[in-house]
Amino acid sequence: MAGVPPLLSVVDLRVRIGGSPILHGVTFDVPGTGVTVLLGRNGAGKSTTLKAVLGLTPIGSQVGGRVLFDGVPTANVATHQLVRRGLGYVPEDRGIFAGLTVAENLKLAHRVDKPDYDTAYGLFPELKQRGRQRAGTLSGGQQQMLAIARVLINPNRLLLVDEPTKGLAPRLVTEVADVVSRVAHSVPILLVEQNLGLVRRVGHDAVVLSAGTVAYSGALGPLLDDEQLTRSLLGVGQHHDAARGGLVA
Amino acid sequence: MSTLILLLLTGLGLAGLYFLVSSGLSLVFGLADVLNFAHGLFLSVGAYATWWAATHLPGAGSEGPGFLLAVVVGVVAGAAVASIVELVLIRPLYRRTIQQVLVTVGLSLAGVALLQAVWGADARPFPRPAWTSRVTTIGGAAVPNSSLLLAAVAVVVLAALLAFLRFTRVGLVIRAGVEDRAMVAALGIDVRKAFTLVFAVGGAAAALAGILAGVHFTTVSPGQGTSLLIFGFIVVVIGGMGSITGTAWAAVAVGVLQQFVNYYSAGLGDICVVALLALVLLVRPQGLAGVVGGARA
Repeated sequence: MAGVPPLLSVVDLRVRIGGSPILHGVTFDVPGTGVTVLLGRNGAGKSTTLKAVLGLTPIGSQVGGRVLFDGVPTANVATHQLVRRGLGYVPEDRGIFAGLTVAENLKLAHRVDKPDYDTAYGLFPELKQRGRQRAGTLSGGQQQMLAIARVLINPNRLLLVDEPTKGLAPRLVTEVADVVSRVAHSVPILLVEQNLGLVRRVGHDAVVLSAGTVAYSGALGPLLDDEQLTRSLLGVGQHHDAARGGLVA
Repeated sequence: MSTLILLLLTGLGLAGLYFLVSSGLSLVFGLADVLNFAHGLFLSVGAYATWWAATHLPGAGSEGPGFLLAVVVGVVAGAAVASIVELVLIRPLYRRTIQQVLVTVGLSLAGVALLQAVWGADARPFPRPAWTSRVTTIGGAAVPNSSLLLAAVAVVVLAALLAFLRFTRVGLVIRAGVEDRAMVAALGIDVRKAFTLVFAVGGAAAALAGILAGVHFTTVSPGQGTSLLIFGFIVVVIGGMGSITGTAWAAVAVGVLQQFVNYYSAGLGDICVVALLALVLLVRPQGLAGVVGGARA
Protein backbone atom coordinates (compact mmCIF):
# COMPACT_ATOMS: atom_id res chain seq x y z
CA MET A 1 0.00 0.00 0.00
CA ALA A 2 2.96 2.29 0.56
CA GLY A 3 3.09 5.04 -2.02
CA VAL A 4 -0.54 4.76 -3.05
CA PRO A 5 -2.48 7.61 -1.45
CA PRO A 6 -5.62 6.50 0.39
CA LEU A 7 -9.02 7.28 -1.14
CA LEU A 8 -10.42 8.46 2.17
CA SER A 9 -8.41 9.76 5.08
CA VAL A 10 -9.94 10.38 8.47
CA VAL A 11 -7.59 12.41 10.66
CA ASP A 12 -8.21 13.04 14.37
CA LEU A 13 -11.98 13.10 13.88
CA ARG A 14 -13.78 14.34 16.98
CA VAL A 15 -17.56 14.51 17.34
CA ARG A 16 -19.68 15.74 20.22
CA ILE A 17 -23.44 15.25 20.02
CA GLY A 18 -25.61 17.13 22.48
CA GLY A 19 -22.56 17.94 24.58
CA SER A 20 -21.40 14.33 25.02
CA PRO A 21 -18.25 13.23 23.19
CA ILE A 22 -18.82 10.32 20.80
CA LEU A 23 -15.53 10.26 18.86
CA HIS A 24 -12.25 11.26 20.56
CA GLY A 25 -9.86 11.65 17.67
CA VAL A 26 -10.38 8.84 15.18
CA THR A 27 -7.68 8.39 12.54
CA PHE A 28 -7.65 5.80 9.74
CA ASP A 29 -7.29 5.46 5.97
CA VAL A 30 -9.47 3.69 3.45
CA PRO A 31 -7.59 2.35 0.40
CA GLY A 32 -9.01 2.67 -3.09
CA THR A 33 -9.65 -1.06 -3.49
CA GLY A 34 -11.51 -3.78 -1.66
CA VAL A 35 -13.64 -3.75 1.46
CA THR A 36 -12.48 -2.00 4.61
CA VAL A 37 -14.56 -3.09 7.56
CA LEU A 38 -15.29 -0.75 10.44
CA LEU A 39 -15.84 -2.86 13.55
CA GLY A 40 -16.60 -2.25 17.18
CA ARG A 41 -19.17 -2.88 19.87
CA ASN A 42 -22.52 -1.13 19.93
CA GLY A 43 -22.04 2.54 20.70
CA ALA A 44 -18.36 2.57 19.74
CA GLY A 45 -19.01 5.31 17.20
CA LYS A 46 -19.09 3.40 13.89
CA SER A 47 -22.26 4.98 12.48
CA THR A 48 -21.27 8.40 13.83
CA THR A 49 -17.97 8.08 11.93
CA LEU A 50 -19.78 7.46 8.64
CA LYS A 51 -22.22 10.30 9.29
CA ALA A 52 -19.41 12.69 10.19
CA VAL A 53 -17.60 11.83 6.94
CA LEU A 54 -20.75 12.83 5.03
CA GLY A 55 -21.62 15.86 7.17
CA LEU A 56 -24.80 14.21 8.42
CA THR A 57 -24.27 14.47 12.17
CA PRO A 58 -27.36 15.81 13.96
CA ILE A 59 -28.19 19.48 14.44
CA GLY A 60 -26.07 21.09 17.14
CA SER A 61 -23.25 18.53 17.10
CA GLN A 62 -19.65 19.70 17.00
CA VAL A 63 -17.26 18.09 14.55
CA GLY A 64 -13.48 18.53 14.71
CA GLY A 65 -10.54 17.02 12.90
CA ARG A 66 -10.20 16.47 9.17
CA VAL A 67 -11.61 14.21 6.51
CA LEU A 68 -9.95 14.04 3.09
CA PHE A 69 -11.77 12.43 0.19
CA ASP A 70 -9.30 11.78 -2.62
CA GLY A 71 -6.96 14.27 -0.98
CA VAL A 72 -9.54 17.08 -0.81
CA PRO A 73 -10.76 18.31 2.61
CA THR A 74 -14.51 17.80 3.01
CA ALA A 75 -15.11 20.21 5.88
CA ASN A 76 -16.81 22.93 3.86
CA VAL A 77 -18.41 20.70 1.25
CA ALA A 78 -22.18 20.18 1.50
CA THR A 79 -23.42 16.61 1.88
CA HIS A 80 -25.12 16.55 -1.52
CA GLN A 81 -21.92 17.72 -3.21
CA LEU A 82 -19.83 15.03 -1.50
CA VAL A 83 -22.31 12.43 -2.69
CA ARG A 84 -22.15 13.86 -6.21
CA ARG A 85 -18.37 13.43 -6.10
CA GLY A 86 -18.96 9.71 -5.75
CA LEU A 87 -19.52 8.94 -2.08
CA GLY A 88 -22.48 6.55 -2.03
CA TYR A 89 -24.19 6.07 1.34
CA VAL A 90 -26.40 3.24 2.56
CA PRO A 91 -27.47 4.22 6.08
CA GLU A 92 -28.10 1.95 9.02
CA ASP A 93 -31.86 2.48 9.03
CA ARG A 94 -31.80 2.11 5.21
CA GLY A 95 -33.21 5.59 4.61
CA ILE A 96 -36.03 4.37 2.40
CA PHE A 97 -38.84 6.83 1.64
CA ALA A 98 -41.82 4.83 2.84
CA GLY A 99 -44.47 6.95 1.13
CA LEU A 100 -42.79 6.76 -2.28
CA THR A 101 -42.96 3.78 -4.61
CA VAL A 102 -39.94 1.59 -5.26
CA ALA A 103 -39.52 3.15 -8.71
CA GLU A 104 -39.77 6.65 -7.23
CA ASN A 105 -37.14 5.85 -4.62
CA LEU A 106 -34.79 4.83 -7.43
CA LYS A 107 -35.73 7.78 -9.62
CA LEU A 108 -35.04 10.21 -6.79
CA ALA A 109 -31.51 8.83 -6.50
CA HIS A 110 -30.57 9.60 -10.16
CA ARG A 111 -27.36 11.61 -10.15
CA VAL A 112 -26.43 11.12 -13.79
CA ASP A 113 -28.28 11.31 -17.11
CA LYS A 114 -28.06 7.59 -17.76
CA PRO A 115 -28.43 5.72 -14.47
CA ASP A 116 -27.28 2.12 -14.56
CA TYR A 117 -30.41 0.12 -13.84
CA ASP A 118 -28.94 -3.07 -15.35
CA THR A 119 -26.56 -3.68 -12.47
CA ALA A 120 -29.18 -2.89 -9.83
CA TYR A 121 -31.93 -4.99 -11.42
CA GLY A 122 -29.39 -7.72 -12.19
CA LEU A 123 -28.64 -8.02 -8.49
CA PHE A 124 -32.22 -7.50 -7.33
CA PRO A 125 -34.70 -8.52 -10.06
CA GLU A 126 -37.47 -8.29 -7.47
CA LEU A 127 -37.23 -4.51 -7.40
CA LYS A 128 -38.19 -4.31 -11.06
CA GLN A 129 -41.37 -6.30 -10.49
CA ARG A 130 -42.28 -4.28 -7.41
CA GLY A 131 -41.69 -0.88 -9.03
CA ARG A 132 -45.15 0.46 -8.28
CA GLN A 133 -45.33 -0.83 -4.71
CA ARG A 134 -44.96 1.62 -1.84
CA ALA A 135 -41.50 1.20 -0.34
CA GLY A 136 -42.97 1.29 3.18
CA THR A 137 -44.78 -1.99 2.51
CA LEU A 138 -41.59 -3.86 1.53
CA SER A 139 -40.04 -6.39 3.91
CA GLY A 140 -36.84 -5.47 5.73
CA GLY A 141 -34.73 -7.45 3.28
CA GLN A 142 -36.40 -5.85 0.27
CA GLN A 143 -35.90 -2.39 1.77
CA GLN A 144 -32.21 -3.17 2.22
CA MET A 145 -31.99 -4.23 -1.43
CA LEU A 146 -33.68 -0.99 -2.46
CA ALA A 147 -31.26 1.05 -0.34
CA ILE A 148 -28.28 -0.65 -1.98
CA ALA A 149 -29.79 -0.50 -5.49
CA ARG A 150 -30.46 3.22 -5.06
CA VAL A 151 -26.74 3.79 -4.64
CA LEU A 152 -25.64 1.35 -7.34
CA ILE A 153 -27.55 3.03 -10.19
CA ASN A 154 -24.97 5.84 -10.00
CA PRO A 155 -21.22 5.72 -10.57
CA ASN A 156 -19.47 5.69 -7.19
CA ARG A 157 -15.87 6.08 -6.12
CA LEU A 158 -16.47 4.81 -2.58
CA LEU A 159 -19.47 3.28 -0.83
CA LEU A 160 -20.21 3.85 2.86
CA VAL A 161 -22.45 0.98 3.92
CA ASP A 162 -23.79 0.83 7.48
CA GLU A 163 -24.82 -2.59 8.86
CA PRO A 164 -26.62 -3.95 5.80
CA THR A 165 -27.49 -7.22 7.57
CA LYS A 166 -29.07 -5.64 10.65
CA GLY A 167 -32.33 -7.36 11.51
CA LEU A 168 -32.24 -9.68 8.50
CA ALA A 169 -32.94 -13.42 8.47
CA PRO A 170 -29.88 -15.69 7.95
CA ARG A 171 -30.83 -16.51 4.35
CA LEU A 172 -30.95 -12.79 3.53
CA VAL A 173 -27.64 -12.23 5.29
CA THR A 174 -26.09 -14.65 2.82
CA GLU A 175 -27.72 -12.78 -0.04
CA VAL A 176 -26.43 -9.42 1.17
CA ALA A 177 -22.95 -10.92 1.58
CA ASP A 178 -23.09 -12.08 -2.06
CA VAL A 179 -24.06 -8.60 -3.17
CA VAL A 180 -21.37 -6.90 -1.13
CA SER A 181 -18.65 -9.14 -2.44
CA ARG A 182 -19.82 -8.73 -6.05
CA VAL A 183 -20.06 -4.95 -5.74
CA ALA A 184 -16.62 -4.83 -4.12
CA HIS A 185 -15.08 -6.01 -7.39
CA SER A 186 -15.90 -2.70 -9.01
CA VAL A 187 -15.97 -0.13 -6.18
CA PRO A 188 -14.21 0.11 -2.80
CA ILE A 189 -16.43 -0.10 0.27
CA LEU A 190 -16.16 1.12 3.85
CA LEU A 191 -18.44 -1.36 5.58
CA VAL A 192 -19.81 -1.20 9.11
CA GLU A 193 -20.84 -4.71 10.06
CA GLN A 194 -21.34 -6.79 13.21
CA ASN A 195 -21.67 -10.14 11.47
CA LEU A 196 -18.16 -11.57 11.65
CA GLY A 197 -18.99 -14.32 9.17
CA LEU A 198 -19.79 -11.74 6.53
CA VAL A 199 -16.80 -9.64 7.58
CA ARG A 200 -14.45 -12.59 7.19
CA ARG A 201 -15.85 -13.36 3.76
CA VAL A 202 -15.68 -9.90 2.19
CA GLY A 203 -13.21 -7.82 4.20
CA HIS A 204 -9.59 -6.98 3.41
CA ASP A 205 -8.66 -4.31 5.91
CA ALA A 206 -10.13 -3.60 9.32
CA VAL A 207 -10.52 -0.62 11.60
CA VAL A 208 -11.81 -1.37 15.09
CA LEU A 209 -13.34 1.41 17.15
CA SER A 210 -13.62 1.20 20.89
CA ALA A 211 -15.32 3.93 22.90
CA GLY A 212 -14.69 6.54 20.26
CA THR A 213 -11.03 5.76 19.50
CA VAL A 214 -9.25 3.43 17.09
CA ALA A 215 -8.25 0.22 18.86
CA TYR A 216 -6.95 -1.66 15.82
CA SER A 217 -6.12 -0.70 12.30
CA GLY A 218 -4.61 -3.00 9.73
CA ALA A 219 -5.18 -6.21 7.84
CA LEU A 220 -8.34 -8.11 8.74
CA GLY A 221 -6.89 -11.62 8.66
CA PRO A 222 -4.53 -11.35 11.67
CA LEU A 223 -7.30 -9.74 13.70
CA LEU A 224 -9.82 -12.51 13.10
CA ASP A 225 -7.18 -15.24 13.53
CA ASP A 226 -6.35 -13.95 16.99
CA GLU A 227 -9.37 -15.12 18.89
CA GLN A 228 -8.36 -13.41 22.08
CA LEU A 229 -7.84 -10.08 20.35
CA THR A 230 -11.18 -10.37 18.60
CA ARG A 231 -12.91 -11.14 21.84
CA SER A 232 -11.29 -8.28 23.72
CA LEU A 233 -11.99 -5.74 20.97
CA LEU A 234 -15.42 -6.81 19.85
CA GLY A 235 -16.79 -8.52 22.90
CA VAL A 236 -17.87 -11.60 20.95
CA GLY A 237 -16.28 -14.91 20.21
CA GLN A 238 -16.58 -16.02 16.61
CA HIS A 239 -18.21 -19.27 17.58
CA HIS A 240 -20.75 -17.43 19.62
CA ASP A 241 -21.50 -15.36 16.56
CA ALA A 242 -21.91 -18.49 14.46
CA ALA A 243 -24.35 -19.87 16.99
CA ARG A 244 -26.54 -16.83 16.43
CA GLY A 245 -27.00 -18.09 12.90
CA GLY A 246 -25.08 -15.24 11.35
CA LEU A 247 -22.10 -17.12 9.96
CA VAL A 248 -21.75 -17.13 6.23
CA ALA A 249 -19.88 -20.05 4.74
CA MET B 1 -83.24 21.42 3.90
CA SER B 2 -82.32 24.54 1.98
CA THR B 3 -80.66 25.87 5.12
CA LEU B 4 -78.52 22.75 5.37
CA ILE B 5 -77.49 23.11 1.71
CA LEU B 6 -76.71 26.77 2.23
CA LEU B 7 -74.62 26.08 5.34
CA LEU B 8 -72.81 23.19 3.66
CA LEU B 9 -71.92 25.18 0.53
CA THR B 10 -70.90 28.34 2.36
CA GLY B 11 -68.94 26.11 4.76
CA LEU B 12 -67.16 24.60 1.76
CA GLY B 13 -66.43 28.11 0.53
CA LEU B 14 -64.82 28.91 3.86
CA ALA B 15 -62.96 25.58 3.66
CA GLY B 16 -61.63 26.63 0.25
CA LEU B 17 -60.29 29.83 1.75
CA TYR B 18 -58.66 27.95 4.62
CA PHE B 19 -57.14 25.44 2.23
CA LEU B 20 -55.55 28.19 0.15
CA VAL B 21 -54.12 29.79 3.29
CA SER B 22 -52.78 26.57 4.77
CA SER B 23 -51.49 24.57 1.78
CA GLY B 24 -48.32 26.66 1.54
CA LEU B 25 -47.93 26.75 5.30
CA SER B 26 -48.15 22.96 5.44
CA LEU B 27 -45.63 22.34 2.66
CA VAL B 28 -43.15 24.86 4.05
CA PHE B 29 -43.37 23.35 7.51
CA GLY B 30 -43.31 19.77 6.28
CA LEU B 31 -40.29 20.24 4.03
CA ALA B 32 -38.21 22.93 5.67
CA ASP B 33 -39.35 22.78 9.33
CA VAL B 34 -40.06 26.49 9.13
CA LEU B 35 -42.99 27.79 11.13
CA ASN B 36 -43.77 30.80 8.97
CA PHE B 37 -45.69 33.45 10.89
CA ALA B 38 -45.15 35.85 8.02
CA HIS B 39 -47.43 33.74 5.83
CA GLY B 40 -50.35 36.06 6.64
CA LEU B 41 -48.35 38.89 5.14
CA PHE B 42 -48.34 37.05 1.79
CA LEU B 43 -52.16 37.12 1.88
CA SER B 44 -52.20 40.85 2.49
CA VAL B 45 -49.57 41.48 -0.18
CA GLY B 46 -51.68 39.57 -2.72
CA ALA B 47 -54.86 41.39 -1.76
CA TYR B 48 -53.31 44.87 -1.77
CA ALA B 49 -51.40 44.25 -5.02
CA THR B 50 -54.65 43.19 -6.71
CA TRP B 51 -56.52 46.14 -5.19
CA TRP B 52 -53.77 48.51 -6.38
CA ALA B 53 -53.59 46.97 -9.85
CA ALA B 54 -57.38 47.09 -10.36
CA THR B 55 -57.42 50.82 -9.69
CA HIS B 56 -54.08 51.96 -11.12
CA LEU B 57 -52.77 49.52 -13.70
CA PRO B 58 -53.87 50.26 -17.27
CA GLY B 59 -55.95 47.40 -18.64
CA ALA B 60 -56.74 46.04 -15.20
CA GLY B 61 -60.06 46.58 -13.48
CA SER B 62 -62.78 44.90 -11.48
CA GLU B 63 -64.54 43.01 -14.28
CA GLY B 64 -63.67 40.17 -16.68
CA PRO B 65 -60.16 40.02 -18.15
CA GLY B 66 -59.17 43.22 -16.36
CA PHE B 67 -59.93 41.59 -13.02
CA LEU B 68 -58.03 38.44 -14.03
CA LEU B 69 -55.01 40.62 -14.84
CA ALA B 70 -55.27 42.26 -11.42
CA VAL B 71 -55.45 38.81 -9.80
CA VAL B 72 -52.34 37.69 -11.70
CA VAL B 73 -50.49 40.77 -10.45
CA GLY B 74 -51.50 39.91 -6.88
CA VAL B 75 -50.46 36.26 -7.15
CA VAL B 76 -47.11 37.15 -8.72
CA ALA B 77 -46.53 39.73 -5.98
CA GLY B 78 -47.29 37.12 -3.29
CA ALA B 79 -44.95 34.56 -4.84
CA ALA B 80 -42.20 37.18 -5.28
CA VAL B 81 -42.41 38.45 -1.71
CA ALA B 82 -42.43 34.86 -0.38
CA SER B 83 -39.31 33.98 -2.42
CA ILE B 84 -37.50 37.10 -1.25
CA VAL B 85 -38.41 36.34 2.37
CA GLU B 86 -37.03 32.82 1.98
CA LEU B 87 -33.80 33.90 0.28
CA VAL B 88 -33.02 36.90 2.48
CA LEU B 89 -34.44 36.11 5.92
CA ILE B 90 -35.09 32.38 6.27
CA ARG B 91 -32.14 30.88 4.38
CA PRO B 92 -29.46 32.18 6.77
CA LEU B 93 -31.49 30.80 9.69
CA TYR B 94 -32.17 27.18 8.70
CA ARG B 95 -31.79 24.83 11.68
CA ARG B 96 -32.35 27.80 14.05
CA THR B 97 -36.02 27.48 14.89
CA ILE B 98 -36.31 30.18 17.55
CA GLN B 99 -34.64 32.79 15.36
CA GLN B 100 -36.95 31.84 12.48
CA VAL B 101 -40.02 32.32 14.64
CA LEU B 102 -38.72 35.69 15.83
CA VAL B 103 -37.91 36.94 12.34
CA THR B 104 -41.21 35.80 10.82
CA VAL B 105 -43.30 37.19 13.70
CA GLY B 106 -41.40 40.47 13.42
CA LEU B 107 -41.83 40.56 9.66
CA SER B 108 -45.55 39.94 9.97
CA LEU B 109 -45.96 42.81 12.49
CA ALA B 110 -43.78 45.13 10.42
CA GLY B 111 -45.60 44.20 7.21
CA VAL B 112 -49.03 44.99 8.67
CA ALA B 113 -47.69 48.28 10.06
CA LEU B 114 -46.23 49.15 6.67
CA LEU B 115 -49.53 48.50 4.90
CA GLN B 116 -51.28 50.67 7.50
CA ALA B 117 -48.75 53.44 7.05
CA VAL B 118 -49.23 53.51 3.28
CA TRP B 119 -52.94 52.80 2.86
CA GLY B 120 -54.37 53.45 6.31
CA ALA B 121 -55.86 51.12 8.89
CA ASP B 122 -59.43 51.30 7.57
CA ALA B 123 -60.92 48.57 5.46
CA ARG B 124 -61.18 49.51 1.79
CA PRO B 125 -63.77 48.27 -0.67
CA PHE B 126 -62.25 45.50 -2.74
CA PRO B 127 -62.63 45.49 -6.53
CA ARG B 128 -64.69 42.51 -7.61
CA PRO B 129 -66.77 41.42 -10.58
CA ALA B 130 -70.48 42.13 -10.09
CA TRP B 131 -71.47 38.46 -10.45
CA THR B 132 -69.53 37.54 -7.29
CA SER B 133 -71.97 39.53 -5.17
CA ARG B 134 -75.00 37.75 -6.65
CA VAL B 135 -76.38 34.38 -5.59
CA THR B 136 -77.06 31.09 -7.33
CA THR B 137 -80.07 29.03 -6.29
CA ILE B 138 -79.06 25.43 -5.55
CA GLY B 139 -81.63 23.03 -4.10
CA GLY B 140 -83.75 25.93 -2.94
CA ALA B 141 -80.85 27.67 -1.20
CA ALA B 142 -79.57 31.05 -2.36
CA VAL B 143 -75.81 30.45 -2.25
CA PRO B 144 -73.46 33.43 -2.63
CA ASN B 145 -71.43 33.12 -5.81
CA SER B 146 -68.31 34.16 -3.91
CA SER B 147 -68.58 31.02 -1.75
CA LEU B 148 -68.85 28.86 -4.85
CA LEU B 149 -65.88 30.69 -6.37
CA LEU B 150 -63.76 30.04 -3.26
CA ALA B 151 -64.57 26.33 -3.24
CA ALA B 152 -63.99 25.97 -7.00
CA VAL B 153 -60.64 27.76 -6.97
CA ALA B 154 -59.51 25.66 -3.99
CA VAL B 155 -60.37 22.45 -5.85
CA VAL B 156 -58.39 23.60 -8.90
CA VAL B 157 -55.40 24.58 -6.75
CA LEU B 158 -55.59 21.27 -4.89
CA ALA B 159 -55.56 19.31 -8.15
CA ALA B 160 -52.70 21.41 -9.52
CA LEU B 161 -50.62 20.95 -6.35
CA LEU B 162 -51.21 17.20 -6.31
CA ALA B 163 -50.21 16.91 -9.96
CA PHE B 164 -47.12 19.03 -9.32
CA LEU B 165 -46.08 16.85 -6.36
CA ARG B 166 -46.79 13.63 -8.20
CA PHE B 167 -45.48 14.17 -11.69
CA THR B 168 -42.49 16.52 -11.44
CA ARG B 169 -38.94 15.91 -10.28
CA VAL B 170 -39.16 18.80 -7.80
CA GLY B 171 -42.42 17.35 -6.52
CA LEU B 172 -40.67 14.04 -5.93
CA VAL B 173 -37.87 15.81 -4.04
CA ILE B 174 -40.46 17.67 -1.93
CA ARG B 175 -42.39 14.50 -1.06
CA ALA B 176 -39.16 12.72 -0.10
CA GLY B 177 -37.87 15.78 1.77
CA VAL B 178 -41.01 15.94 3.89
CA GLU B 179 -40.25 12.35 4.99
CA ASP B 180 -36.51 12.65 5.59
CA ARG B 181 -34.63 15.73 4.47
CA ALA B 182 -31.18 14.51 5.49
CA MET B 183 -31.56 11.37 3.39
CA VAL B 184 -32.49 13.44 0.33
CA ALA B 185 -29.17 15.28 0.72
CA ALA B 186 -27.44 11.92 1.18
CA LEU B 187 -28.69 10.95 -2.28
CA GLY B 188 -26.85 13.92 -3.76
CA ILE B 189 -29.76 16.35 -4.04
CA ASP B 190 -29.58 20.02 -3.03
CA VAL B 191 -32.82 20.03 -1.08
CA ARG B 192 -32.57 23.74 -0.29
CA LYS B 193 -33.30 24.62 -3.88
CA ALA B 194 -36.72 23.07 -3.35
CA PHE B 195 -37.27 25.27 -0.28
CA THR B 196 -37.37 28.51 -2.30
CA LEU B 197 -39.80 26.98 -4.77
CA VAL B 198 -42.08 25.74 -1.99
CA PHE B 199 -42.08 29.22 -0.48
CA ALA B 200 -42.98 30.73 -3.85
CA VAL B 201 -45.80 28.23 -4.45
CA GLY B 202 -47.10 28.74 -0.91
CA GLY B 203 -46.88 32.50 -1.31
CA ALA B 204 -48.85 32.34 -4.55
CA ALA B 205 -51.60 30.23 -2.95
CA ALA B 206 -51.70 32.58 0.04
CA ALA B 207 -51.96 35.62 -2.24
CA LEU B 208 -54.85 33.94 -4.03
CA ALA B 209 -56.47 33.37 -0.64
CA GLY B 210 -56.01 37.04 0.24
CA ILE B 211 -57.55 38.15 -3.06
CA LEU B 212 -60.53 35.81 -2.77
CA ALA B 213 -61.00 36.83 0.88
CA GLY B 214 -61.23 40.40 -0.39
CA VAL B 215 -63.84 39.35 -2.95
CA HIS B 216 -65.78 37.30 -0.39
CA PHE B 217 -65.71 39.79 2.49
CA THR B 218 -65.95 42.72 0.00
CA THR B 219 -63.18 44.70 1.71
CA VAL B 220 -59.45 44.52 2.32
CA SER B 221 -57.68 45.66 5.49
CA PRO B 222 -54.06 45.36 6.67
CA GLY B 223 -54.76 42.82 9.43
CA GLN B 224 -56.96 40.50 7.35
CA GLY B 225 -54.16 38.09 6.46
CA THR B 226 -52.95 37.70 10.01
CA SER B 227 -56.40 36.88 11.38
CA LEU B 228 -56.98 34.26 8.66
CA LEU B 229 -53.55 32.80 9.43
CA ILE B 230 -54.72 31.58 12.83
CA PHE B 231 -57.23 29.28 11.14
CA GLY B 232 -54.55 28.37 8.63
CA PHE B 233 -52.32 27.07 11.42
CA ILE B 234 -55.20 25.15 13.00
CA VAL B 235 -55.96 23.47 9.67
CA VAL B 236 -52.29 22.56 9.18
CA VAL B 237 -52.04 20.97 12.61
CA ILE B 238 -55.30 19.05 12.21
CA GLY B 239 -54.37 17.88 8.72
CA GLY B 240 -50.85 16.75 9.52
CA MET B 241 -47.79 18.77 8.56
CA GLY B 242 -46.63 18.38 4.99
CA SER B 243 -49.65 16.54 3.61
CA ILE B 244 -51.69 18.39 1.00
CA THR B 245 -54.60 15.95 1.04
CA GLY B 246 -54.61 15.99 4.85
CA THR B 247 -54.73 19.78 4.72
CA ALA B 248 -57.66 19.68 2.31
CA TRP B 249 -59.70 17.34 4.52
CA ALA B 250 -58.90 19.39 7.61
CA ALA B 251 -59.95 22.59 5.82
CA VAL B 252 -63.29 21.01 4.93
CA ALA B 253 -63.80 19.83 8.52
CA VAL B 254 -62.95 23.23 10.01
CA GLY B 255 -64.87 25.33 7.47
CA VAL B 256 -68.08 23.30 7.53
CA LEU B 257 -68.02 22.84 11.32
CA GLN B 258 -67.48 26.54 11.88
CA GLN B 259 -70.31 27.51 9.54
CA PHE B 260 -72.83 25.11 11.05
CA VAL B 261 -72.00 25.90 14.67
CA ASN B 262 -72.00 29.64 14.02
CA TYR B 263 -75.48 29.40 12.51
CA TYR B 264 -77.03 27.36 15.29
CA SER B 265 -75.19 28.81 18.27
CA ALA B 266 -74.62 32.48 17.56
CA GLY B 267 -70.85 32.71 17.42
CA LEU B 268 -69.52 29.56 19.08
CA GLY B 269 -67.99 28.40 15.77
CA ASP B 270 -64.49 29.65 16.51
CA ILE B 271 -64.44 27.99 19.93
CA CYS B 272 -65.69 24.78 18.36
CA VAL B 273 -62.77 24.82 15.91
CA VAL B 274 -60.29 25.17 18.76
CA ALA B 275 -62.06 22.29 20.53
CA LEU B 276 -61.67 20.18 17.37
CA LEU B 277 -57.96 21.07 17.35
CA ALA B 278 -57.63 19.96 20.98
CA LEU B 279 -59.48 16.73 20.23
CA VAL B 280 -57.25 15.90 17.27
CA LEU B 281 -54.13 16.67 19.30
CA LEU B 282 -55.33 14.33 22.04
CA VAL B 283 -56.42 11.45 19.86
CA ARG B 284 -54.14 11.75 16.85
CA PRO B 285 -51.31 14.20 17.56
CA GLN B 286 -49.66 13.60 14.20
CA GLY B 287 -52.75 14.99 12.43
CA LEU B 288 -55.21 13.31 10.09
CA ALA B 289 -52.66 12.37 7.43
CA GLY B 290 -49.51 12.44 9.53
CA VAL B 291 -47.24 9.47 10.06
CA VAL B 292 -46.15 8.47 13.55
CA GLY B 293 -42.53 9.48 14.01
CA GLY B 294 -42.64 11.32 10.71
CA ALA B 295 -41.01 14.40 12.16
CA ARG B 296 -37.48 13.27 11.64
CA ALA B 297 -34.58 15.70 11.34
